[in-house]
Amino acid sequence: MTNDQQPVARTIRVVIAKPGLDGHDRGAKVIARALRDAGMEVIYTGLRQTPEQIVSAALQEDADVIGLSILSGAHNHIAPRLMQLLHDRQMDDVLVVMGGIIPDVDVPNLKALGIQGVFPPGTSMQAIVDFIRLHVRALEPESSGRQG
Amino acid sequence: MRRTYNVPMTPAATDKPAGAATRSFTTVSGRPVERLYTDADLAGIDPAADIGEPGQFPYTRGIHASGYGGKLWTMRQFAGFGTPEETNGRYQRLLAAGGTGLSVAFDLPTLMGRDPDHPLSLGEVGKCGVSVATLADMEQLFDGIALADVTTSMTINSPAAVIFAMYLVVAERQRADWSRLSGTIQNDILKEFIAQKEYIYPPRPSMRLVTDTFAFCAAQVPRWNTISVSGYHIREAGATALQELAFTLRDGIEYVQWGIDAGLAVDEFVPRISFFFNAHNDFFEEIAKYRAARKLWATAMRDRFGAREERSWKLRFHTQTAGVSLTAQQPYNNVVRTAIQALAGVLGGTNSLHTNSLDEAFALPTEQAATLALRTQQIIAHESGVAHVVDPFGGSFFVERLTKDMEEGALAYFERIDRMGGMVAAIEAGFPQREIAESSYRFQQAVERRDAVIVGVNDFTQPQETPIATLYIDESATTRQLERLARVKAVRSAAQVDRTLAALRAAAGTTANLMPPLLDAVRAYATLGEICDTLRDVWGEYEETPVV
Repeated sequence: MTNDQQPVARTIRVVIAKPGLDGHDRGAKVIARALRDAGMEVIYTGLRQTPEQIVSAALQEDADVIGLSILSGAHNHIAPRLMQLLHDRQMDDVLVVMGGIIPDVDVPNLKALGIQGVFPPGTSMQAIVDFIRLHVRALEPESSGRQG
Repeated sequence: MRRTYNVPMTPAATDKPAGAATRSFTTVSGRPVERLYTDADLAGIDPAADIGEPGQFPYTRGIHASGYGGKLWTMRQFAGFGTPEETNGRYQRLLAAGGTGLSVAFDLPTLMGRDPDHPLSLGEVGKCGVSVATLADMEQLFDGIALADVTTSMTINSPAAVIFAMYLVVAERQRADWSRLSGTIQNDILKEFIAQKEYIYPPRPSMRLVTDTFAFCAAQVPRWNTISVSGYHIREAGATALQELAFTLRDGIEYVQWGIDAGLAVDEFVPRISFFFNAHNDFFEEIAKYRAARKLWATAMRDRFGAREERSWKLRFHTQTAGVSLTAQQPYNNVVRTAIQALAGVLGGTNSLHTNSLDEAFALPTEQAATLALRTQQIIAHESGVAHVVDPFGGSFFVERLTKDMEEGALAYFERIDRMGGMVAAIEAGFPQREIAESSYRFQQAVERRDAVIVGVNDFTQPQETPIATLYIDESATTRQLERLARVKAVRSAAQVDRTLAALRAAAGTTANLMPPLLDAVRAYATLGEICDTLRDVWGEYEETPVV
């Protein structure tokens, strides 16, 4: 369960992923460094990851957050698949955020799917850092493991 | 529990005034900018050797003695979306309106050598450009267009040889002589590894595909521009103007070296090499970049490779305004940005130009926005008067100083890359990728601190934004492309496909030129995916180590 008021108990772990065929990775790399500089632990998947690969990476890394960077227009296909996989693996508590070229008309649908933050071009790095800190699941101490 | 949140668009306000009087300034590439330039700044610049005359070596002032007096730049706007039928319709309208140049944007599956029915193509068919999977799509794309009478620029890289083979077969069926065809394939794989990342095979076999097209065209399609060595994508990925200049020119040198190593004579293929640069915001530094590029290329071709023909010395280039500079906030501001960038390209002597549309931070442009972008070029060309004079900044204390500094900075990069064993080796070591990642992060930090002002984004913001109309591409292209692919597969000769793909596979393991077996496979209606997979089997796929 998300609890916005809990202070962070350990380092936030973030998987930054580039799904789809697009290779424009400037945004993904910049945000990976910004989150790292903000004290988070960041795993960058590299290019052309399927939703399955991204969810596996998040599971393996015990990620609190998945950040998707999509500029090609494929978000309406990738997001439902990814959210379904997270649900199937009982990882609904992972905060999913997305940045890139996302038409405004698609944002309500993405949010309804459970993508909590959609960051259009021009969003400041600090705004994304703050958003993640505010909305990430309440973090338990390392020893108590994953809380579904 | 799910909640949605509004994301603030701007960083928290600080008390730091932007543009305070005591600030010092630098160019994008980090060179300090003085308040005043005088003749003292021309120290070390030889007017004859460094600047010279327009139309003469080293072409700092332009490749034509009369500048745009003989011919304005080509206004070539890049377009493509959905199915070949839809894009063909847009081309037909363009040609009916008096255009002679086409510029094809392909979708991501095509750019990556995947058919529309491949799992990785999910959601991408026809989105960023037109979908081309077989010769049947290419025939539809150019239906009713006489290839002998138009020039066609095709933005395609890793599978460039295959798409070019399809174009040649369409021409063959129109009975158009290959020796009369004119156009360009981008075919620049090095910048894919460096910046845009649309690569398939490892660098070395990828370079062999490029040199195969050099050799084939020298012999059979002599008016075709075999490559457009591109700084555009390097810049968009976050490079500075200097890095764009240095990496692009060094890529060009790498292609020439590989061509020579493949047995070609320098003057036989270098005249068909063209370039493609970005036009970004830092006005004077951009102009200096184009001027330095011409000098660097002429000098390298003559002195490093011993080219004797002037055609080999002259750097011809296309320019596109900076997509990355467009903002989603206050999008009409983008018209102004684009105009200033385009002006820099023209004052730098570009040979052709694409101006971006105001809505491209959201989507592919609407026809209305694309028209406004073209009008921007026409206003520069026909109303501003800037095209009347050749290289009007020639002799400016500031611009000549910047030009010389850009040249020297690029030469320093050339030395570092030469010491690494060339550009392919530097890419394998991740060098240009790291340099670019560093620059892009530094720029983003400057934006965050408001050391770099972006109007409407981190300063001069507006709480209420009025949305603009954007182009929305639906999913029907996927269905129609899948249907056509299935029809093609049903009627073609499977035996002929197998035979030609086997011949391609055999040739890929030798050093034979791959264009003839590619042409045969295309004629048999083998798909782009099947052809690229055959080569994947032989050469493997490239996977980069992510550099963050």
